[in-house]
Amino acid sequence: MSNSPKTLFDKVWDSHVVRNIEDGPDVFFIDRHFIHEVTSPVAFLGLEQRGIGVLFPEKTFATADHNTPTINQHLPVEDPLSANQLAQLEKNSAKYGISHWGLGNPKNGIVHVVGPENGITLPGMTIVCGDSHTSTHGAFGAIAFGIGTSEVEMVLSSQCIMQPKPKKMRINVNGQLGKGVTPKDVALYIISKLTTSGATGYFVEYAGDVFENMTMEGRMTVCNLSIEMGARGGMIAPDQTTFDYINGRELAPKGADWDKQLAYWKTLKTDAGASFDKELTFNAADIEPMITYGTNPGMGIGISKNIPSANEVEGGATTYAKSLDYMGFHENDAMIGKKVDYVFIGSCTNGRIEDFRAFASIIKGHKKADHVTAWVVPGSHIVEAQIKEEGILDILTDAGFELRQPGCSACLAMNDDKIPAGKYAVSTSNRNFEGRQGPGSRTLLASPYVAAAAAITGVVTDPRQFL
Amino acid sequence: MAYDKFTILKSSAVPMPIENVDTDQIIPARFLKATERKGFGDNLFRDWRYDSNDQPKQDFVLNNPIYSGKILVGGKNFGSGSSREHAAWAIYDYGFRCVVSSFFADIFKGNAINVGILPVQVSPEFLNQIFEAIEKDPKSELEVNLEDQKITILSTGASESFAINGYKKHNLLNGFDDIDYLQSMKSEIESFAAKK
Repeated sequence: MSNSPKTLFDKVWDSHVVRNIEDGPDVFFIDRHFIHEVTSPVAFLGLEQRGIGVLFPEKTFATADHNTPTINQHLPVEDPLSANQLAQLEKNSAKYGISHWGLGNPKNGIVHVVGPENGITLPGMTIVCGDSHTSTHGAFGAIAFGIGTSEVEMVLSSQCIMQPKPKKMRINVNGQLGKGVTPKDVALYIISKLTTSGATGYFVEYAGDVFENMTMEGRMTVCNLSIEMGARGGMIAPDQTTFDYINGRELAPKGADWDKQLAYWKTLKTDAGASFDKELTFNAADIEPMITYGTNPGMGIGISKNIPSANEVEGGATTYAKSLDYMGFHENDAMIGKKVDYVFIGSCTNGRIEDFRAFASIIKGHKKADHVTAWVVPGSHIVEAQIKEEGILDILTDAGFELRQPGCSACLAMNDDKIPAGKYAVSTSNRNFEGRQGPGSRTLLASPYVAAAAAITGVVTDPRQFL
Repeated sequence: MAYDKFTILKSSAVPMPIENVDTDQIIPARFLKATERKGFGDNLFRDWRYDSNDQPKQDFVLNNPIYSGKILVGGKNFGSGSSREHAAWAIYDYGFRCVVSSFFADIFKGNAINVGILPVQVSPEFLNQIFEAIEKDPKSELEVNLEDQKITILSTGASESFAINGYKKHNLLNGFDDIDYLQSMKSEIESFAAKK
């Protein structure tokens, strides 16, 4: 191996290349493969049609999350198509000897929440799943990204996919974050600067003291949203915060194995002098609580700002006008004071315990606005248990909120939790595309603080007044 | 187990001059519940194509009979968002074999090739020329030649070359897929795994 300085990304990528194809992709080895009910059935069908099996079933982990209901999970799933997908996942997992955490299993939850919380996600790994928010796992210094169903079939049958090596980008955020500014705001701010295609073709490393001082859950929120600027994934070098998070988790290494792996993990950082294809630096002090006003995650602004006019934004005026028209907004409108009908806290972006602590810290002592429908959805049963143990459930109940059961819920309108046409939802999820939360729904992406402030006032509100 | 070979495609095209067409528009999540890869074309661009009473929206391009063909031409950043391969399946199932844009989202681009759709990335200027040619004559044809890596607007003769790596090009020309390739190197993968 050469002694020239390498990036964190290079170190992990290069150690997983089985074969380099000239004028083609790398045959890339995968350490951990997560599957769920929606993007795996056709891959299993493909295996059967070809008459091939699963090469390393112990490296694949199944959980049901996308189309699961978030109430009455003990009852049979009503929608026959969803029920069929869930049954297929269970059947296929059993047939090939894959671990399966289905509905009702105490380990069940959103794939990108349960992987880390059970110690499956580790530094230096390559991790894929048929879900673009697989980038979440990059928070541990792993290379993690979403794949299509053809690639799910590749991983099942060969533990490899064919990937050209992406370019490298480093995004630095330095300084001190202001009051009420969360990891979600940092990510939405970066995306608003880069646009939804600004990092396409790149793999991002996040660096600088803002990320170094961030908790693991915060880092997961940031890495989760990497795909929303077009990056295949984002990663953060593992450090003591990472090691402390992993240590003791159920499937994490133990004893001598822990010591051995820890020694390796400590080598996983970008060497001084290593080069990136692109490097960007932002100042933490410039970031305020964010909210989106349009139909892609790049259309975000500081909550105190007005909606930009068409000549201030990149891209075509027609596309911009179509987007604002869908939202029922106008150029130069203030976001503060816009009416809110629904509030959703949850998803693989903001469905972890710290998110519910933040939400509860604002609603404590207040009441939910009468006209607001709120969905409070933990990312997993483990998060649900924490919400109960820490007394957050009591705060929620006193303020007029109900806690639902884990799942992807209103993030993507595949299950029963859909926002009705024309209604406005302040959502802690990751996408505000047209119809993402239900046909005709209008999504305002924001942090748990902004969601909480909107839930008690019924309008878009600066959360800093409650902190 | 491969798809159709892709060599030369000569066809009129359907214009969609909208930027950031995301995979939730291509196929909304509520239509991802099948466990087989068929029928997705019916719901391609569902919420742009049909109103809430399932009636076709007359102003949407797929409902306009003057436009047809096996090539879809989209604005910048086509296919952003979710990794759902269903988006590529829906485009293929509807009858498209090629998508042209000035910029593609990564995962969509990979998924497209994996199901036998050729994503052709052209310059913004050439994309505009295509839109203009179709506006002038909706039956205006494009020729996409994979072997030569060249796309031509037949009515004007304007052409541009496009990039594709040699491995993927070989696969598409011959109708091979990655799983065949990976199966052929299984022992190499197993010894790699054993050393890790």
